[in-house]
Amino acid sequence: MDTVMKDRGGPAQPLLLARDLRKHFPIPGGLLGRATRVVRAVDDLSLSVEKGETLGVVGESGCGKSTVARLLMRLLKPDRGTMVLDGDPVDEPHGITVNELRRQVQMVFQDSYASLNPRLTIVETLAFAPKAHGLPAAEARARSRDLLAKVGLDPNSFADRYPHELSGGQRQRVNIARALALRPRLVILDEAVSALDKSVEAQVLNMLVDLKNEFGLTYVFISHDLNVVQYLSDRVMVMYLGKIVEIGSVDAIYGDPQHPYTQALLSARPSMDPRKRTREAPIQGDPPNPIDPPSGCRFRTRCPFAEDVCAKAEPLLNASGAQEVACHMRIRGSGHTKAP
Amino acid sequence: MAIQSPSLDLGAGAAVCATPAAHARGYWQQVARRLRRDPVTLVCAAILLLIVASALAAPWLGLADPYKTSMIRRLYPIGSPNFLLGTDELGRDMFARLIYGGRLSLFMGVTPVALALLIGGTLGITAGFLGGRVNMAIMRVMDVFYAFPSVLLAISLSGAMGAGAENTLLALTIVFIPPICRVSESVTTQVRGFDFVDAARASGAGTLTIVRVHVLGNVLGPILVYATSLISVAIILAAGLSFLGLGVKPPEPEWGLMLNTLRQAIYVNPVLAALPGVMIFITSICFNLMSDGLRAAMDVKA
Amino acid sequence: MSDLLSVQDLHVTFVTPDRTVHAVNGVSFSVKRGETLGILGESGSGKSVTLRSILKLHPEHRTRWSGSIKLEGDEVLSMTGGALADLRGNRVSMIFQEPATAFDPVFTIGHQIAETIKRHTGKSESDAWKRAKELLELARIPSPAQRLKAYPHEMSGGMRQRAMIALALSCNPSLLLADEPTTALDATVQIQVLLLIRELQRELDLGVIFVTHDIGVAVEVSDRIGVMYAGKLVELGGVEQMVDAPRHPYTRGLLASTVHGGMRGQRLEAIPGAPPDLAEVPAACSFAPRCKYAEAQCLAAPPPLTAATEGHLVRCVGRIDRAISGHLAGNARTHIVDRTGHIPPG
Repeated sequence: MDTVMKDRGGPAQPLLLARDLRKHFPIPGGLLGRATRVVRAVDDLSLSVEKGETLGVVGESGCGKSTVARLLMRLLKPDRGTMVLDGDPVDEPHGITVNELRRQVQMVFQDSYASLNPRLTIVETLAFAPKAHGLPAAEARARSRDLLAKVGLDPNSFADRYPHELSGGQRQRVNIARALALRPRLVILDEAVSALDKSVEAQVLNMLVDLKNEFGLTYVFISHDLNVVQYLSDRVMVMYLGKIVEIGSVDAIYGDPQHPYTQALLSARPSMDPRKRTREAPIQGDPPNPIDPPSGCRFRTRCPFAEDVCAKAEPLLNASGAQEVACHMRIRGSGHTKAP
Repeated sequence: MAIQSPSLDLGAGAAVCATPAAHARGYWQQVARRLRRDPVTLVCAAILLLIVASALAAPWLGLADPYKTSMIRRLYPIGSPNFLLGTDELGRDMFARLIYGGRLSLFMGVTPVALALLIGGTLGITAGFLGGRVNMAIMRVMDVFYAFPSVLLAISLSGAMGAGAENTLLALTIVFIPPICRVSESVTTQVRGFDFVDAARASGAGTLTIVRVHVLGNVLGPILVYATSLISVAIILAAGLSFLGLGVKPPEPEWGLMLNTLRQAIYVNPVLAALPGVMIFITSICFNLMSDGLRAAMDVKA
Repeated sequence: MSDLLSVQDLHVTFVTPDRTVHAVNGVSFSVKRGETLGILGESGSGKSVTLRSILKLHPEHRTRWSGSIKLEGDEVLSMTGGALADLRGNRVSMIFQEPATAFDPVFTIGHQIAETIKRHTGKSESDAWKRAKELLELARIPSPAQRLKAYPHEMSGGMRQRAMIALALSCNPSLLLADEPTTALDATVQIQVLLLIRELQRELDLGVIFVTHDIGVAVEVSDRIGVMYAGKLVELGGVEQMVDAPRHPYTRGLLASTVHGGMRGQRLEAIPGAPPDLAEVPAACSFAPRCKYAEAQCLAAPPPLTAATEGHLVRCVGRIDRAISGHLAGNARTHIVDRTGHIPPG
């Protein structure tokens, strides 16, 4: 298990491809606990993660970004859709098993405390996965101590401590070390720095950059913090109610946002300049409930430019500028008055 | 392997700064430290220890024969010469019978709970961890048993199977499986929701490994505490069954049965007649208080 | 104009059998009517404890207060019983991070606001409901008449936060305390609530103390900003002073380590180490162990709060200015690189 997975398809082949992923959660409530309504957490979403890049995923609560993380990790089984890891279909006759996927894809969770077993010492937590994959206990412990050093924690001081004896930042370093214990190629960071104080967040972000370079990792970085996503990502995917509304290079998304939702998200950021305070909120209201998303374009209920066509037809992702956008205003001949 | 980046150096600095004064301490060490500061729990544990130890060591304590009857010295009062706690309605030494009685009473209290813990705990942890249909199937069956009040269920089971210690044991075990199963299921469901279980799943470990390493350690504590509180109920139920003539058969010394047979003496020597009751009361309240103390001590937050 | 609230040398210590925590160690500030003071700090800095002390919300039996908190001249720390109830109900209101816990789930929003109004003003049922509707309008809640009949769980997070603001305003307070009220909200909702608080503060001439860990949020709402570290205010000044020319190394570190658009590809200037454990009263500058400008006198005694310029107070022995004077002139402006990544003029 020690061999680092080889790059099979060459640098041009995406590391991970997901096509038409769908996950609906039934809400029990009807007669005899039968589900009458569903939360449409992720709806027919396709994405690719290129080798060596950091793909940022942004969106508000209920947009399905955490569900995407768990689908990519197969902690949740998708209702439909396929995944291909470096050319190998996942969980299909001629492909690789879910367990093999999980060796190459790992995840760091937001809640640094809940993601560590309070009854295990740090070194026991780190050695768990390597041992489960058949590494002898002594070697697993040695690797765990190496990993601790890699994430900036002195093994002599930290290996035998319990999670409650660590600060939030230290615990999150342990979680990152755990994700690296199986030498994965792709690490999914689900709000991994969101709960940290700013000064600690900066330490961890620097460390993530270093680890990526040292181990040749690929990241999927999920966050609600647009600034952090901009800092870390090469490409950015903006989600709204289970759908991708815009995806493209970080410069395109932040420099020339095309979807009204992306524009609103970006201008909702505090200005950091007392002379240029925000005068007016870019959009009103809260994100709607993903149980009954609006017909057509799901953003239309909050969109200042919504027209009849937005309620009737669902806009598909379409190249516009340097990115892809799902908005009728960017689709030629869509029927929207602002369409080109 | 060395990384010479400033951030990592800073991280190591952080480690040094934030080292707590106390040494690394395991969870159970913390629990022990809290218990040591809880006099009520300590006293209860000491009393229980005394009762259990004397019951276990009864044959070697040089006590009078608990079965030896005598028509001429019936119902001696407490403090009679040679009979520290007097004699019962058949002239047997009360002190010896109370100590010997503890053997059976404690056995009838602890064994069914232990058996129920094994069966109910396994079922509950399975239901909680696997969820879905398995959970549904197990928990609905438990609900059927739950529909009957525990005392009634114990009485009807014992009644159906006939009197005797074995049948009482069996009846009590069946009575205690559903509550233990339900508690095990709920704590397991809770633990399963934590991210560290997902992280373990993501590492590709098998279900049994995950349960052994990540679930058991976190659920056994609360389940054991709950089971401890059931011991007192079991002792009372066992005594109750004996009292009703559905449990242990005379002349075995057993607190519940002794309470029953001494009933006739209640107008002659009420204090004497109450002695087995006092033993039941002390033992069960000690188990209860100890369980409360354990629960409090184990509730260690960060 | 005299101060609405004046806090002098506030100390707060929590004593439990297990441990003692010196959460606040000598905090002084004041707030005028119509002014918003932002208190910025990381977890454990004592910012929330300071805020909650203004209402004496901590359990009496294990909290030791000393110093003085005066609201319109009345000493809060010596208040008990009726005076304290009057303070909490009629003079000072507080809004929290999690609005779900501020409402009782079994009553409608309208019922709860109307009850509060009746209790405090003795208004009739119908007047109280009328006032409740006005308050929802004031909090810019769309279709307020319908919302009055809604239960808390039927509202979205942003709506609940607005409803909590309406509830907080029901007693016509002169001082509004806000404890991270937008932290749990989504970005597009957060800005709406921030704007609402700013507008209400102006309309009702409120004094507002806004506690947050988010510099961007503090800059957006505050007239003045105080930065707390290890239970002390380390710097206090007008928002422009704080953003343009932060003096304390901790403030500068916070600004430098806050990620923004212009930093792509650069290494972040993280503050090394972690905040101190507050089991003991700090005997020196608490930030010294993490400070790159620290020297012998920083470790000798706690530095006093001194005026760097008019209205700009700094708790630092001041060598920082000499050590970085050239550095400061050139670099301070990079802190306010705005979201588009360019440095604003001026």
